[in-house]
Amino acid sequence: MYTFSSKLKTLSYILMALGILGIGYGFYSAPKDIQEVEKLLAAESHGEHGGSKHEASASATHHGDAAIHTELAVDDKVEASHAEAPVGVDAADSIKEVQVLPLSDLTKGREKAHVMTAEEEHTEHLTHVLHQLQNKPWSAFYVACIFFMLISLGVLAFYAIQQVAQAGWSPVLFRVMQGITAYLPVGSVIFFLFLLLSGLHINHLFIWMDPEVVATDKLIANKAGYLNFPFWIVRAAIFLVGWNLYRYYSRKNCLAQDDANDNLFYKKNFKLSALFLVFFIVTESIMSWDWIMSIDPHWFSTLFGWYVLSSFLVSAVTTIALVTLYLKSKGALEHVNTSHIHDLAKFMFGFSVFWTYLWFCQYMLIWYANIPEEVTYYVTRIDVYNLPFFGAVVMNFVFPLLILINTDFKRISWVLVMAGVVILVGHYLDFFIMIMPGTVGDRWFIGISEIASILFFLGLFIFVVFTAMTKVPLLPKRNPFIEESKHFHY
Amino acid sequence: MSNKVIYAIYNDDDILMDAVKTTRAANHHIEEVFTPFPVHGLDKALGLAPTRLAICSFLYGCVGLSFGTWMMYYIMIQDWPQDIGGKPSFSYLENMPAFVPIMFELTVFFAAHLMVITFYMRSKLWPFKQAENPDVRTTDDHFLMEVAVRDNEEELISFFQNTGAIEVKVIDKH
Repeated sequence: MYTFSSKLKTLSYILMALGILGIGYGFYSAPKDIQEVEKLLAAESHGEHGGSKHEASASATHHGDAAIHTELAVDDKVEASHAEAPVGVDAADSIKEVQVLPLSDLTKGREKAHVMTAEEEHTEHLTHVLHQLQNKPWSAFYVACIFFMLISLGVLAFYAIQQVAQAGWSPVLFRVMQGITAYLPVGSVIFFLFLLLSGLHINHLFIWMDPEVVATDKLIANKAGYLNFPFWIVRAAIFLVGWNLYRYYSRKNCLAQDDANDNLFYKKNFKLSALFLVFFIVTESIMSWDWIMSIDPHWFSTLFGWYVLSSFLVSAVTTIALVTLYLKSKGALEHVNTSHIHDLAKFMFGFSVFWTYLWFCQYMLIWYANIPEEVTYYVTRIDVYNLPFFGAVVMNFVFPLLILINTDFKRISWVLVMAGVVILVGHYLDFFIMIMPGTVGDRWFIGISEIASILFFLGLFIFVVFTAMTKVPLLPKRNPFIEESKHFHY
Repeated sequence: MSNKVIYAIYNDDDILMDAVKTTRAANHHIEEVFTPFPVHGLDKALGLAPTRLAICSFLYGCVGLSFGTWMMYYIMIQDWPQDIGGKPSFSYLENMPAFVPIMFELTVFFAAHLMVITFYMRSKLWPFKQAENPDVRTTDDHFLMEVAVRDNEEELISFFQNTGAIEVKVIDKH
């Protein structure tokens, strides 16, 4: 039996406490009304420009911050240039602005721009920035929340695959995987509560939930048959309950198999896992539309589900590898040798490349065809999120490719820990880039809110996972493949 | 003086593995082992150095990637930067996604083919090459270990008979 070391437990408490403080600070420091935003923008404008003509009027403040003026739809380009001409914006500026299109305010802008005076437009802009800034702590929480929940879901899927594939190497790691999936119920509850809060309009991450937006936006209104709150939340409930049921029964059967005289529970688990994988691939796809793609309800991509899957699957395998290395270093996994680690590292490498493949397929197809309705997604990301967008490719592809291609390196703990940390941070960034542009647009920053949310969920994850590890022996007894797994060498 | 070798023939790979280990332990120099299929762990038992073919392949892949990059850069950006369907051919980076499939395929092409050719050259394989198997049965179901004989012929014969060989032959090799 593994005992949760008191140091690690203390660390998890500290992480959670720091996280809660930081999350609270994030909500506390978000602006409450447009007056605060105005001051904020004025301060930024002075800092960046300082030109006297920009300070002449309130409107000047507004257009002086050209890079963040983002609410103009393509249709409104002409009107916009006219409206702003008196305060001295040249056409080139407007065009630049037009390229940055967070969808959340497109609709409102489009509705009113035709009759908008400079003053009204300024207020409009302030409201827009206010919404972005108010979304920021919520988005930071949401990204970390979904990231850690999907990691444990990915471990569950990987575990089910190992069961169904009758893998001979991995049974010694089954209890580690089950331990990591212990986070799933906890993560699901928090995540579901968050979705409920979104539905109650406590936050505004999903703009299609806003009846005003739906009323004025035909594109979203046409999707209302799918994107409506009751259907959406019921889907979420079914997915989360389904995954958790599999986790519960699979673990129960695995433990029952320890004390059984035959392989009945093993066979049950085999069938259950096969069913789960079918359920999983369908629900995973829909989940990615519901929880991530619907943040940008004007945009769609057909391979998005697989893309999300590849991202959290590689994070999941990396997490298994890191937890295994930790437990091994504490002497808790007697039968795990470097060959098991080597296999995990191969999966990390392979799934990293798989992620890159899907990332590039999605990017290149949209870039190549350059259809305006699809390409805005990447225009925002490249213009406003340049470093994290391409940084994620370096961290998730180039780095693991060069490190994990070497067979000898795949057996060295510190190399793997280093690669694993980079992969996990890279995939956090990946989720960050999927969600943030639609909610906070150019107001993104990896600051206190974001880091605190990560720390909170990391602490919770460590606490739940390692507590679960102490509950049962870390070696399954009567798994039909356990002997082979103990003597696995590659 | 003629160059004599012993052919110890086995009909089981487990026995062969044991024989290889005892032969190595007795400090007899094993010239070659012929098997009809790959015997897992034989290279380790023989103490052969690990292959460097993968390293070659990686380097060939780098060559392929460089070649692909250079070729697309020269043709599409440097030599004749036409506007083809509005693709930005002002700089390599701007039009790079369009070149990636080619760069990828060339990387794989170079890595794979040059590695295979390296393998053929290093293992001296080519069409019309004279086959070198000392006993035709080694391509079917027998395993053969070849050990050089100095002046200890009798000793070696009895040694190999004790290792489970079904046949021990002394051959004059030219």
